[in-house]
Amino acid sequence: MRRAAAGEGAGWLRAIAPLTLAVLAGPVVAGLAGVILPAFGYMPALGGAGFSLEPWRELLAWPGLAAAVRLSLTTGIGATVIALALTLLLVAAGQGTRTFRVLVRLIAPVLSVPHAATAFGLAFLIAPSGWIARLTSPWMTGWERPPDLLTVNDPAGLALTLGLVLKELPFLMLMTLAALAQADGLRTREVAETLGYGRIAAWMLVVLPRVYAQIRLPVYAVLAYSMSVVDMALILGPTRPGPLAVVILDWMSDPNLFMRFQAAAAALLLLALVAGALVLWRLAEEGAGALCRLVAMRGMRATALDRPLRPLALGLGAAGAALVLAGLAGLAVWSVAALWRFPDAWPAGLTLRIWQAQSSAIAGAAGITALIGLIATVAALVLVLGWLEAAHRAGRRAPAPAVLPLIYLPLIVPQVVFLPGMQVLALMAGFEGGLVLVMAVHLIFVLPYVFLSLADPWQAWDARAGTVAASLGAGPWRILLTVRLPMLLRPVLTAAAVGFAVSVAQYLPTLLIGAGRVATLTTEAVALAAGGNRRVIGAWALAQMLAPFAGFALALVVPALAFRKRKGMAV
Amino acid sequence: MSEGLRLEGVEIALGAAPLVTLDITVAPGEVVTIMGPSGSGKSALLTAIIGALPPPFSARGRIRLDGRDITDLPTRARRVGILFQDDILFPHLSVAGNLAFALPSHLRGRAARTARVEEALADAGLEGMGARDPETLSGGQRARVALMRTLLAEPRALLLDEPFSRLDADRRARIRSFVFARAVARGLPVLMVTHDAEDARAAGGRVLDPRGAAVTPGVVASADDCRA
Repeated sequence: MRRAAAGEGAGWLRAIAPLTLAVLAGPVVAGLAGVILPAFGYMPALGGAGFSLEPWRELLAWPGLAAAVRLSLTTGIGATVIALALTLLLVAAGQGTRTFRVLVRLIAPVLSVPHAATAFGLAFLIAPSGWIARLTSPWMTGWERPPDLLTVNDPAGLALTLGLVLKELPFLMLMTLAALAQADGLRTREVAETLGYGRIAAWMLVVLPRVYAQIRLPVYAVLAYSMSVVDMALILGPTRPGPLAVVILDWMSDPNLFMRFQAAAAALLLLALVAGALVLWRLAEEGAGALCRLVAMRGMRATALDRPLRPLALGLGAAGAALVLAGLAGLAVWSVAALWRFPDAWPAGLTLRIWQAQSSAIAGAAGITALIGLIATVAALVLVLGWLEAAHRAGRRAPAPAVLPLIYLPLIVPQVVFLPGMQVLALMAGFEGGLVLVMAVHLIFVLPYVFLSLADPWQAWDARAGTVAASLGAGPWRILLTVRLPMLLRPVLTAAAVGFAVSVAQYLPTLLIGAGRVATLTTEAVALAAGGNRRVIGAWALAQMLAPFAGFALALVVPALAFRKRKGMAV
Repeated sequence: MSEGLRLEGVEIALGAAPLVTLDITVAPGEVVTIMGPSGSGKSALLTAIIGALPPPFSARGRIRLDGRDITDLPTRARRVGILFQDDILFPHLSVAGNLAFALPSHLRGRAARTARVEEALADAGLEGMGARDPETLSGGQRARVALMRTLLAEPRALLLDEPFSRLDADRRARIRSFVFARAVARGLPVLMVTHDAEDARAAGGRVLDPRGAAVTPGVVASADDCRA
């Protein structure tokens, strides 16, 4: 049946879907081209006139290569395995318990904390002079001064792995819970339990197989991100060498432009590593699936798992949340600390000196951050809403499952691989370093998250409200603007807050495409990492964390105020 | 008398309001039907018996199965099988995989397990369908697989939560007698909740309302049909 609305002069709306996909995929493809060519020596703007294997020879001759590659693999894959295992265990063991409900309520706020702020908070906790050492000294450890231990920037990358786990766990939890809501997970688990299966075994054997298909792409995004992270690695990761992604950034920012050829080759190598890891992961999925089916066919009830694993999973989950929250508290305390001697657990006095000294710089960076975030978010909202509405008017459910991998493309191809290519192209086109270009690049990363937050509530809308409005004579635009969007105000604003938070947290796009001339809260905060002034870092990281918080607060308050007299719109 | 499913002063409440108050024994091979409109707490009663009552509800009283107090046991240890309105077949396993999932683990060896699954398939009139995807079965076939899966776990009691309401009238009578025949043959106490008078009559046993009063199926059904 063709819907009447489709004919009503909204033909241009149909152009939005291809436009959106172009916004997502175009820069990735162009950026890859901008990396592949110089990796093989060709980039006339940089003086590379002909193809050669010279960049690869240089790269392979670099003595730190093996260590950098090993770090990218161990921290990236390790963090993904731990975060996923903990997520699944938490949901399997905890769903329905009170501790779990508390943890679920913590997901959104913890998720909105930018990577850099999470990393700084963790560093302030576990550093030799951090809160954990202070609280246990000297009565337990005997330390009268900070011990000479590499707990942050440790050569094995353990601190970085822990930071990544803390950041990815809430994301994977959110995705799993969303998938679970659609899969009737609770009743399926109950059926398996009445057949005699333990709670964790029941969930893993019959619920996970239906849920995993839906969290597969998010897991891939986590794996690719963890293997190529830059900002968290600069704060928590080892140095000399760092993981490959950090090395690429070093070479890209080298004053010697010829280093960019070598950086391009390293970026291609990282892309190959990520692709290889994804293939391995896919094979491991198959193996795990076969194992699950085998266990199910054998009828192994595995009831003994529940007793030890349930408290372990809930305990680890609570410990993770506590680490993040205590880390943020640590940032706040440091930013107002006067003299704070080791091993005192609390500073000798509190002062606003740092905030006064930094306030104008922070306010300036906050203004730029907000401007970039708002424009990128509004653009993403317009594109996503246009896309969803066009599909709706064509009588289709959006999105077609086939486009989902395209939406994830900018999240799976590592930023540090294609952004250098985009930077080279921008350099050649002569508009490097502009604010507009930075906003456009933020849009690439904001758009997928806005889409993913909005697609489900958009489809869950009761279409009968639209039918009623149409029967009262309303056209499609009036229905959209006066019925559907107001009814969906809450999810639309939540999606906007998510998009804004993603924009605030962007480090690499702002740094590379802004050519170091666009100063946001995030670029400034990460730049402070090397200096090590905890009071200044605390202030900037706190400001970086508060920006997305403000967005989420608005997304809560505005609908509550707008619909304060509408019981039917209450949460 | 310790055989069968015994509900001792069982009370299911939503907030302060008690919905269900029952004190009954379902003997082995007997089918007891609880009839009531939707929202009367009858499905909550069944989730309480399997030990999965969701939070807004609360339950009191004791539940005994063959003399054993199962009130505080976890779901997996109660040995109470249940069939829901939807068959809840696991879509990622084959038909045989769904059945093998339910077989006790003490039945060892691939050959022995396969033989039991084949036997169950034959009993359900589904010979040779073990390798099929559950999605490719008809509604009636799926219902039979769901029952066989429940029985293969060797439960000591069977609960039915409006298990026939999704089937068309033609299949309904056949599946109903299929389920009752197998439950009775195994000597299982069966507790069914439904709002359908036809199901209640076909069960052939006692019919009670959620407060434990005897009901004549036809009367409640007509009132209920008006509501629907």
